[in-house]
Amino acid sequence: MSVLGLYVPGTGPMHRVPAGPKLLALLVLGAVLIIASHLWLSVGALVFALLLYPAVGLGARRAWRALRVLWPFLLAIGLFQALFVGAWTEGARLCAQLAALVLLANAITLTTRVREMLGLFERLAGPLRHVGVSPDRVALVLSLTIRSIPMVAVALNSAREGYRARGIVGRPHLMVVPVIVHLLRMAEATGEALAARGIDEDERVERA
Amino acid sequence: MLRLEGVSHSYDDRAVLRDVTLDLAEHRIGVIGANGSGKSTLARTLNGLVVPDEGRVSLGEWDTRRHAKHIRRRVGFVFSDAANQIIMPTVVEDVEIGLRSLRLGKAETARRVDEILVRHGLDGHRDHPGHLLSGGQKQLLALASVLVTEPEILVFDEPTTLLDLRNTRMFRRTLAGLEQRVLLFTHDLELLEGFDRVLVMEAGRVAFDGPPADAVPFYLKLMDAADEDGTS
Repeated sequence: MSVLGLYVPGTGPMHRVPAGPKLLALLVLGAVLIIASHLWLSVGALVFALLLYPAVGLGARRAWRALRVLWPFLLAIGLFQALFVGAWTEGARLCAQLAALVLLANAITLTTRVREMLGLFERLAGPLRHVGVSPDRVALVLSLTIRSIPMVAVALNSAREGYRARGIVGRPHLMVVPVIVHLLRMAEATGEALAARGIDEDERVERA
Repeated sequence: MLRLEGVSHSYDDRAVLRDVTLDLAEHRIGVIGANGSGKSTLARTLNGLVVPDEGRVSLGEWDTRRHAKHIRRRVGFVFSDAANQIIMPTVVEDVEIGLRSLRLGKAETARRVDEILVRHGLDGHRDHPGHLLSGGQKQLLALASVLVTEPEILVFDEPTTLLDLRNTRMFRRTLAGLEQRVLLFTHDLELLEGFDRVLVMEAGRVAFDGPPADAVPFYLKLMDAADEDGTS
């Protein structure tokens, strides 16, 4: 559904579990893997994560997509451990551990609506109200961060198109300023939209 | 009633609104004018996005300088680039977020969101990423996100600028079906058909104020005169 690895509509078992228990399970598993530091336990977790995708209706292709993004990092970690530290088993363990945790975190993202996640973060940030932090605003910042990913992609594509249309070759640094200007304009427009929709409740005086 | 009293505003040294005084009470009001005539700034003063340097914009007993929050709940604003108005990752979440500050409760929030998505043909796209919708659907989403908060007045700032002919026609039909009072800032003169009142802006002032049948010819003459000045 999404190019961003966000929510995929569905009714599978992971879709039915609330965000809190899913994140807690990930936290516990991550802690166990790191504390145990055991090669075969990490490999087992990776196999489990790979089997989880088809089992909960997400399809193996989505697992592959997540790994495809990750493989350069895994390769770099594995090579570093094998060549410079001389511990290939440690490299394999780290790679399996990282891949398993990324796959499981991605599965949670794919089966949890952003609003559900934000609701959870808002509740978790609740105690911060006592030190002057607004949980609403924390949730809003997180949602805007997620929303800004396609915005950055749009800005990059737009700058790249302009760069190519003008026949410029071999000077990619010339795209930096247009991308920054585009992003600043988008940020300003988003701020204006937030205010217009009354989402940021503070009284606001604009004198641009 | 929206009221502007002696409203002036500048960006640095450039005056964009000059002593504008208006009572805006009609059901359908259009505002036309060349680029740089002050239309967008005037639109933004109406729900407090821009607070004027001088003068007052008010709705009943509230004015935008002190009660922007209250006015924004009653005056919805739809931007020309709907993509910039989409804040949340998916359609349903984007419509929903405008209701968060109203603290309506889960059931009422879900009822309002479902109703607005169905009414604007977005129900089948509820879990789609908003930024991947077509231009027309994005404009519908932007409108639905504003309408869900049930404003009394809607301000549209050049809503069809980025739309093709088919989507412009769809927007026109949607506009015709709206119960709310509408203030439409536009370059598309055809959209003004059936409007009660049209203002023509020029150099930060209201140069004409009357029915569309008189305002549109006035505007066209103004543009002809500007063309002649530019070519002579």
